[in-house]
Amino acid sequence: MSIGLGHYLVVSGLLFSLGLYVLITRKNAVAMLMGVELVLNAALLNMVAFSRLGRVGPDKLDGQVFALFGIVLAAAEAVVALALVLQLYRAFRSVDTTETTDLKG
Amino acid sequence: MNGSIVQVVLFYLLAALALTGACLVAFSRSIVHSAFALLGTFVGVAGLYALLAADLVAIVQVMVYVGGVLILILFAVMLTARVDEGKESNPTVGKIPGLLAMLAMAGLLVVTAVKAFGPRTVISEANPPSTVSPIGNLLLSKYVLPFEAISVLLLAVLLGAVTIASGRMRKGAGGKQEGEAPR
Amino acid sequence: MHLVPFPLLALIPLFPLLGAAYCGLVGCGLFKKYGEGAIHWPAILLPWGSFVVTLIAVITLAGAGHGAVLHQRLWDWFRIGSLSVDAAFQIDRLSAVMCLVVTFVGSLIHVYSRGYMKGDASYWRFFSNLNLFMFSMLVLVLGDNLLVMFVGWEGVGLCSYLLIGFWYRERKNAAAGMKAFVVNRVGDYGFTLGVFLLFWGLAAAPASLLRGQGGEPVAAAAVHEVAVGHGEVATSPGEHGAPIGEAAGEHGAAVSHGTEGSEAGRTPVSSVTFRDIERIMEDPARRDAVLNQKVLGFGLITLVCLLFFVGATGKSAQLPLYVWLPDAMAGPTPVSALIHAATMVTAGVYMVARLHFLFAYSPVAMTVVATVGALTALFAATIGLFQYDIKKVLAYSTVSQLGFMFVAVGVGAYWVGIFHLVTHAFFKACLFLGSGSVILGCHHEQDMRKMGGLRKLMPITAVTYFVSACAIAGFPFFSGFFSKDEILWKAFDSGNMLLPGGGIILWVLAATAALCTSFYMFRSYYMTFSGTYRGAQGHGTHDAHDAHGGHGHGLPKESPRSMTWVLAILGGLAVVGGYIGLPILWGLPNAFETWLEPIFEGSHHLIHSAERGHGAEWGLMLFSVVIAFSGFFLARWLYKDAKSPIPGRLLASRNGLVQGFHRVVFNKYYVDEAYQASFVNGTVGLSGLLSWFDRTVIDGIVNLAGTAGRFCSGIQGWIDANIVDGAVNLVASLSMRAGRSLRKVQTGRIQNYVLGLTAGAVVLVVIGFLLKW
Repeated sequence: MSIGLGHYLVVSGLLFSLGLYVLITRKNAVAMLMGVELVLNAALLNMVAFSRLGRVGPDKLDGQVFALFGIVLAAAEAVVALALVLQLYRAFRSVDTTETTDLKG
Repeated sequence: MNGSIVQVVLFYLLAALALTGACLVAFSRSIVHSAFALLGTFVGVAGLYALLAADLVAIVQVMVYVGGVLILILFAVMLTARVDEGKESNPTVGKIPGLLAMLAMAGLLVVTAVKAFGPRTVISEANPPSTVSPIGNLLLSKYVLPFEAISVLLLAVLLGAVTIASGRMRKGAGGKQEGEAPR
Repeated sequence: MHLVPFPLLALIPLFPLLGAAYCGLVGCGLFKKYGEGAIHWPAILLPWGSFVVTLIAVITLAGAGHGAVLHQRLWDWFRIGSLSVDAAFQIDRLSAVMCLVVTFVGSLIHVYSRGYMKGDASYWRFFSNLNLFMFSMLVLVLGDNLLVMFVGWEGVGLCSYLLIGFWYRERKNAAAGMKAFVVNRVGDYGFTLGVFLLFWGLAAAPASLLRGQGGEPVAAAAVHEVAVGHGEVATSPGEHGAPIGEAAGEHGAAVSHGTEGSEAGRTPVSSVTFRDIERIMEDPARRDAVLNQKVLGFGLITLVCLLFFVGATGKSAQLPLYVWLPDAMAGPTPVSALIHAATMVTAGVYMVARLHFLFAYSPVAMTVVATVGALTALFAATIGLFQYDIKKVLAYSTVSQLGFMFVAVGVGAYWVGIFHLVTHAFFKACLFLGSGSVILGCHHEQDMRKMGGLRKLMPITAVTYFVSACAIAGFPFFSGFFSKDEILWKAFDSGNMLLPGGGIILWVLAATAALCTSFYMFRSYYMTFSGTYRGAQGHGTHDAHDAHGGHGHGLPKESPRSMTWVLAILGGLAVVGGYIGLPILWGLPNAFETWLEPIFEGSHHLIHSAERGHGAEWGLMLFSVVIAFSGFFLARWLYKDAKSPIPGRLLASRNGLVQGFHRVVFNKYYVDEAYQASFVNGTVGLSGLLSWFDRTVIDGIVNLAGTAGRFCSGIQGWIDANIVDGAVNLVASLSMRAGRSLRKVQTGRIQNYVLGLTAGAVVLVVIGFLLKW
């Protein structure tokens, strides 16, 4: 037996689903941020797996470059998101997203 | 693939680590636990990267995620979570729809992955060369424009994060100003 | 008949036209600035200028020999197909007589008007209209064709209307003017129809004639004339076949330039010019063709003549169209004298005489003319018996005398008709002017019952009136005697009438009318001039247009000299005017008949005499005298000095017959009422019906269209409000409701969004799978 693309994809899919679950269920903005990180990791894992095991050939590193960009973006996103969370906390004294519904229609 | 058992075992271990961390993130009642569980996920994924011969990505993963993002998240948790209140620090809402959505999505992805790629085995090179040099070439040749763009993005994020976090927002742009009573 | 160019001819109508233009266009301003003198001097002198030119023309005419015609062609009026009409004047012996009468009497009346109209605010308008009338009348008389004549014919009608309604501020006067105009229109309709029919009938003749020429090809141009030798150079039938095409060019010259006295000798296809018509009628072949034509079962000529006579009855106030003339007395008295006694109303007589070459060929038309004339004479005379308005008496007298004239022209004694026309112009003008003098003296009182005793107060008027009354009554050696007696004799002696007993019936009617004439004339004389003045004295009888200075009160005074002189002149002519036509019976020269002889010689052979002999003529003359005197004495007995009780007793009589007779005659046989009931009410009813139709149907259609339009727009409005706006509102409310319900989706909770996102993604992917498999 060996580890193929399908294994990585299954892991990535499960990670994605769990991240989604976190996004859906968590009230805490920081926790949701964690969900986002999970989803992002799942996606990047997909890219690297396809880069290595996909039909494109092993010497093609575009997927890995994409993953790198993704990581950088995730970092940037995390920075901005945390800044926002801080601001949110200052504004509402809470990071509970169920409470911050000023824009509710 | 050399088909070494080591790799298979490593894969499952790392996958288990990542998924366990993810599960903890998802289901833990304490946000602090979740934050620390996230560390496991990141490390596991980084291991999977390494297993996929993406050494640079794995290293960057560890450095950026574990060394940067996770620390930031922890800071955020510390700053915001009112742990002293003794309540559930990481409350959830709508678990049933969340579970349903998660299971649906998971089922969908897993079925797709298995159906599309399950039987295939891709033989990887025995000694994959280091990817650092080729990636560096790529970044400065083929992907030089996104590379520069992302540097601009980082600058913008830097400034933006400072601006947002500093709290001196334009008047009227935000709902409440500092020092205002919480709702 | 030969034409003599006479370039002064146009001056005769031109002078009054100038006067009319002067008074009408600048008269108003000049009148206000310089007074009446600025008006009446030109207005009076210009007609006298016409008279002078007429005199010159008549002298020229007399010197030009037997059958000469003075002619002046002014311009081509129009040419349409074969109809070629010149604006041209001619004066022959007949129109010379008319012209003399019109200019002389007209000018005298202008002089008279100066006194009569003194102080009237519309002095200038009066003289303008009067001059315009002179112009129109002279055009009528001088016109060398029917259309120019018709211009004058309508012109005098217009002036009559204008002058009857001169004091138009009184509704009655304006109504009288309109009545005259409308009744005249009926007659004019007949006249125009006559012209058309005559023109058509004459043109139709040559076709048959051409067919009779052995199928010779007829060039298109040749339809314009008939190549027939003219009768003046006695031609044999063999000359009829002159080359037609060749004649075409010649003919144009002959018509347009042939008036210069050298007739090319070809008769035109058709014409409205008198001498052309006469020439056609003189040509045997063409005459037969014309006479053989039938329209609606009548002979063409008979129909044409009857239509012309309808015109004459309108203009000359004969039965049944006489009704306007008594009402026309609403106009100023000089107008009544000039237009409604001396000149215009005689136009019908003149026309019949002028068209004698047509009438003579239709015994039926002649009989109708004479009979209508005789009936009118008696009818109007009887109405005149009981009138109290002095002008109404004279008006009915005029109608009656016109009837006499028509009797004369009807029996073919054209010169007698014209003779009576002339004498009548003198004495009737004198009578009218006398009545005008009386009316002026009596402060515009016209009722003879309020006059009386004026002989002492207005001696000249009284004398001239008496003389004229004698003339009209037919006293021996007065002018009316000669003319009226001649009419009676000609009627009695006529051999043309289609009536049983020849002209005897006419004679009986006319003689009775003469008796009535004598009676009512002297009745009016005695009521007015004898006895004592019965009018209002001391207290004023000012009425609206009595603006004659300070003599609105008191006893009547003799009129100013400008009026009495005219009366004297006309009175003198009323006596001696008849001496131009002395009876041949007496062995005296009849200048008038001789003078007119060349005019009527063309139809002379068609007029037959019953040959009743000189004895009968003497007897009739004696009888006429008896009639005249019996009327005179009867009137004298009954009305002199208003002493006789009989008239009053008769009026008060309870006898049904007397009362009924008086009532019927006094009310003019209810003719006006009958016309009112039939024509006027009929017209009003018809217009009411049309008005109702207009209101109900036409307006109904319009309103229906409007209602339909409103209904449609209502529907459209409803559609707009409910469907279009509804759709708009529906979209709006749908959007609003959708927004309201969809707003709930916008929970502001990220979790929900992510859930939705996920669900959507899953569903999409599932759908993708399902589609693929």
